[in-house]
Amino acid sequence: MTTEDSTAHSTALLTLEGLTKAYPGVVANDDVSFAIQPGEVHALLGENGAGKSTLVKMIYGLVAPDAGRMIFKGAPYAPAEPRAARAAGVAMVFQHFSLFEALSVAENIALGMEHPPRMRDLAARIRDVSEAYGLPLDPFRVVGDLSAGERQRVEIIRCLLQNPQLLIMDEPTSVLTPQEVDILFKTLEKLKIEGTSILYISHKLEEIRRLCDAATVLRLGKKIATCNPQEETARAMAEMMVGTVLQVPERKAHDEGPVALSIRELSLPAPSEFGTALKDISLEVRKGEVLGIGGVAGNGQDELTAALSGEQLSPSGSVFIRNDDLSTAGPAQRRAAGLLVAPEERLGHAAAPAMSLIENALLTGRTREGLARSGLINWTKSGSFADAIIARFDVRTPSARVAARSLSGGNLQKFVIGREIMQRPDVLVVNQPTWGVDASAAAAIRQALLDLAAKGAAVVVISQDLDELMEICDRFCALNEGRLSAPVPAAGLTVEQIGLMLGGAHDMHEATA
Amino acid sequence: MDLSSINPVLLVASIMVASTPVLLAALGELVVEKSGVLNLGVEGMMITGAICGFAIAVNTGSPFLGFVAAAVGGAILSLIFGILTQSLLSNQVATGLALTLFGLGFSALVGQSYVGIRPPATARLDIPVLSDLPVVGGMFFNHDIMVYVSLALVIAVWAVLKFTRVGLILRAVGENHDAAHALGYKVVRVRLCAIMFGGACAGLGGAYLSLIRVPQWTEGMTAGAGWIALAIVVFGSWRAPRVLLGAYLFGGVTVLQLNLQAAGLAIPVEYLSMSPYLITIAVLVVMSASKGRVRAAAPACLGRIFHAST
Repeated sequence: MTTEDSTAHSTALLTLEGLTKAYPGVVANDDVSFAIQPGEVHALLGENGAGKSTLVKMIYGLVAPDAGRMIFKGAPYAPAEPRAARAAGVAMVFQHFSLFEALSVAENIALGMEHPPRMRDLAARIRDVSEAYGLPLDPFRVVGDLSAGERQRVEIIRCLLQNPQLLIMDEPTSVLTPQEVDILFKTLEKLKIEGTSILYISHKLEEIRRLCDAATVLRLGKKIATCNPQEETARAMAEMMVGTVLQVPERKAHDEGPVALSIRELSLPAPSEFGTALKDISLEVRKGEVLGIGGVAGNGQDELTAALSGEQLSPSGSVFIRNDDLSTAGPAQRRAAGLLVAPEERLGHAAAPAMSLIENALLTGRTREGLARSGLINWTKSGSFADAIIARFDVRTPSARVAARSLSGGNLQKFVIGREIMQRPDVLVVNQPTWGVDASAAAAIRQALLDLAAKGAAVVVISQDLDELMEICDRFCALNEGRLSAPVPAAGLTVEQIGLMLGGAHDMHEATA
Repeated sequence: MDLSSINPVLLVASIMVASTPVLLAALGELVVEKSGVLNLGVEGMMITGAICGFAIAVNTGSPFLGFVAAAVGGAILSLIFGILTQSLLSNQVATGLALTLFGLGFSALVGQSYVGIRPPATARLDIPVLSDLPVVGGMFFNHDIMVYVSLALVIAVWAVLKFTRVGLILRAVGENHDAAHALGYKVVRVRLCAIMFGGACAGLGGAYLSLIRVPQWTEGMTAGAGWIALAIVVFGSWRAPRVLLGAYLFGGVTVLQLNLQAAGLAIPVEYLSMSPYLITIAVLVVMSASKGRVRAAAPACLGRIFHAST
């Protein structure tokens, strides 16, 4: 089916005609036209910077188009603000959750409604809707305590309570486990049967093939095509999206080296009320090996990362690099010993948002790259280190002097991972290396990790993206409520088998039953 | 030293009077900070309220009009801060400090002709039955109306923040202004209203000093009460009932040291005079030492500049 012909236009829920939006120096959307049918799941595909976000912001009334028009339910539609879009029947689930961490689930949802009922009634409605759509949620929990998957449910339920006719979802599955994705898809299919249209932004092509009825591909602000994803291969769509032939990371064979990193019976109490305690964690990673640690968010990933980086010190005798006990050594000492860590949160943890890329390069590269001597910073050397990262990892930025926060997610991620790789670590630990990163950047990051392992480093990848772990890991283990399962060889494991290794998944199945 | 000279009934009654100015100012600042704005100009707004209230009360003979004028004066001064920080995006810390300095200077200028005058007396609220109770009546039910206004305000601020939609929006704006903006809330407008409420409360607190507690006008008479109000908001971890506790604790130590001085305690007067401030600092340190609690309670956007870019 093509959405281009005129009969489709007349019955379409939303038609976009020639939408154009330019920002200083860049045309974010250039003459984009397509139509979304009632009850259709329509995918919007494109790399970071392709203009997907700007396009949906126009539909949601956050940005006004420079040219072009929209027709919603047969009438001209030009929302001046999100409120108007919501009133018309358009709801949006944001990629970066627009939630208030200190407030409860019910309060967050009340804020998204024009005329919320009394708290007690609202809580009851939240329970009803969340159970009806298989997204269990306690209305009185504080959002700050919820996992990424649960936070997304808050956003979805906030939208569903408005009974929208068009639901926009920006990268909804990037932080979900396979089981959570299944639950989400069941919810979306239910919505579809009820006649709700969904505009689904993603770059996970297999998902789009599974879920979507139509897909519009954007590249550099222009519409490339609208196609039927069931009839296309994932590879064909990826190439439409990227414009070139895509490379799949390749793993080079390697010999099993000596143990580089070992953790011995590490137990740590939860660092905060909302954290997870680590319980009796033991693992060994050999040189040249990639170890994957999978798990649902909030099961101790951040705590384990902190225990490895040295932000959280451990009792002596629990963290070893080769044979050196680094349990009580801080991050600087661990870096000097060859253990480098790239944490999950790009902005604010891995990089200081307001500081330039040079300054950010200096922050972790100081010791190993010799960027500061006797308290004085060598700016020339720091600058060339930052430039080297940018050149080798293809970080798209006007210069190394721009603030870290001005980079797109994928580019900044390439920078923060590249920054550690360039320091030739003996052991590299990365947490969620490709979260919210587009397909080609993700492929580049994975390839860089494999290359690093091939050169003899031990690599630990903590991720919720199981396809990613399957693609690059030699061995796999699951982190569940602060406990680490025994590692198993990754070759031959199916995503389903791994899903079962991850606890918490069972609970969610029961909740939907 | 003669402790028997301290009358417990008068002691409690004077603690309530001594605490009221700081309590009023701290409640206002609590609301301001809940909206994500840090206004360090409390001292300046208090003393502006003190002179505005004093001048109007003396000229009209009505303490009531004096308090109204104090609230208006404080609110107008805070509006300067609001426009500078919210519309012109100036730094909140620097602007707040400037507001304090401006308020101190401005009040001294206006107050020159009012030095040494007694203001009209504010009537005590005579509550039937309750005021006549032995001991308890003298302690709690023999005050001017502003003491009860300040206590009512504690309950009002607490209830509005906890139970109403207005309170929810205010907290949301202070917690994540970008998300609030994305949902279509008017961040700047909400903050301006909160800032003006804070200014009015600080003005009332100042006028309570000049019209009831002292009662007289002297230059710089707030003597750091505005700064204590700021500290008490942190002490109260941004909750109205705990702010009440903090204000009364501070007021209590202040009054107690005066009584101890009068009773002839054998340590230098200066140590006693500094004790309320020392104890406030000590309590703040202990509070902050309990890891993460203060941070968790503080509004996440406190002091951050909001600029609507999308």
